[in-house]
Amino acid sequence: MSETISIISPKLEIARSPHVHSKWSTKQAMWLVIIALIPTIISSLLFFGISQFSIIATSVSFAMLTEAIIKNVRKQPISIDDGSVIITGILLALILPPNFSLVSTAIGAVVAVGIGKEVFGGLGFNIFNPALVGRAFLQAAFPVSITTWTEPSFTDAVSSATPLSLMKFDNKFESINNLFVGNVGGSLGETSAIAILIGAIFLLATGVINYRVPLAMILSAFIFGGIFWLIDPSHFTNPLFHLLAGGFLFGAIFMATDWVTSPLYSKGMWIYGIAISILVILIRLFGGLPEGVMYSILLLNGFVPLINKYTKPQIFGEVK
Amino acid sequence: MKNISLIKEYTKGVWKNNPIFVQVLGMCPTLAVTVSAINGIAMALATTFVLLFSSILISLIRKIIPAQVRIASYILIIATFVTIVDLVMKAQFPELSKALGPYIPLIVVNCVILGRQEAFSSKNGVLRSALDALGMGTGFLIALFILGSIREILGARTLLGFQIMPNMFEPWLIMILPAGAFLTLGLLMAYLNSFAIKKKQNEKASLISNYKLTKSKISNREEI
Repeated sequence: MSETISIISPKLEIARSPHVHSKWSTKQAMWLVIIALIPTIISSLLFFGISQFSIIATSVSFAMLTEAIIKNVRKQPISIDDGSVIITGILLALILPPNFSLVSTAIGAVVAVGIGKEVFGGLGFNIFNPALVGRAFLQAAFPVSITTWTEPSFTDAVSSATPLSLMKFDNKFESINNLFVGNVGGSLGETSAIAILIGAIFLLATGVINYRVPLAMILSAFIFGGIFWLIDPSHFTNPLFHLLAGGFLFGAIFMATDWVTSPLYSKGMWIYGIAISILVILIRLFGGLPEGVMYSILLLNGFVPLINKYTKPQIFGEVK
Repeated sequence: MKNISLIKEYTKGVWKNNPIFVQVLGMCPTLAVTVSAINGIAMALATTFVLLFSSILISLIRKIIPAQVRIASYILIIATFVTIVDLVMKAQFPELSKALGPYIPLIVVNCVILGRQEAFSSKNGVLRSALDALGMGTGFLIALFILGSIREILGARTLLGFQIMPNMFEPWLIMILPAGAFLTLGLLMAYLNSFAIKKKQNEKASLISNYKLTKSKISNREEI
């Protein structure tokens, strides 16, 4: 009798891996990310006008529509309520320039979800960050309109340059204060460092994202950018500028930490973050483009399986 | 030799064994020159010409080519016809020749051509080889035309030089870049493969149901 009881309720639980679970389900985590994006959405509406909401709405609705259609065609359960496709839509909208054409936004959202995610088999199978795939497609398809920046203003749309292109082509540096608040030209969600940091603190406090990737990116960008600054301060900007300008913080917090497309193990996360930052600084200082966060993250997304393979920790008792 | 009808020898290259979508051969010209539909057609016609005449010649002399040097001989024969095409195009269609650039001389190393010589015309008679070459050429033409049209419509608003999209439509620059070629080809192949997969599943299902049917008949008989 006692034997049967011990079989039914054993002291030692036997189960298949993974044995360590996150405290959040996928659905809960995705909604927490959406909450963390709210300050950034508000800052984009504040700086570039309430009409920018149409870009976010278009992007999200077309992303959801694409997901629904593809899931329907492939006869898979429709999983819009897990929120991941909504995040893709919001992220894509936030990395587009203000007053971007709504038709192009819709195309970008369709490509982001269709080619960036569903082609690989849906959530959890995609190699590249879907929102960045959409943005990269738009950058290649409409290179002129995606680099037409509008100055943040409450009245009229005035075209302007981003701090990074000012640095690259005119050798002018935007003040750090403006960069921190977000009162500069740039993509919708990337300009305001303070809004992104509020979201980052929320995500780190709830444990949705791991601190390693953002920390590795910020530290190595600071050190690597600092080396060049020390070499020639008149030609290269100070490293704080690199952290606050362009999409660096937005990428570090919301893009590079994507659960699906970032490394699994802590050593790999450091490698991944450091490599992204080095690429970003190299592209910004010596490349042909003013900004390189998007391509750096996409490139390193491709390396993630390799990084995972070589940073896999030793199994307990394993002998090499 | 298997007994395939002559018509099938031709049609297999068009659909079932399409060199681009099924065999995935000759990717270099496919991706590089299909910026517009007319380029695709010209490329496919040039390739078909070379394929047809080298197939005929090789199947004629297939028994006297020593096996050890066959690849070199094939390449030599192919290169002769490529030179003819290259010079004729330069003389008659200088603009098209300029647009296609180095890809006409590169037909020499197109794997569709060498692949057909190695796999087919070195083992078959002249008529069958010619039909096979024509079929493959037609398949190649269809594939390149579809690819070129899609890329031209989306990338430049035109088809064969005529504007067919309204001015409102903003051309997708990516479509006339290499990335657009890969995207278009990948999506087309996925679309066509979905048909093939569905067909295979149906065949499998009918096989299983047939098997069950005969099995139940047999068991019924045994019971009787």
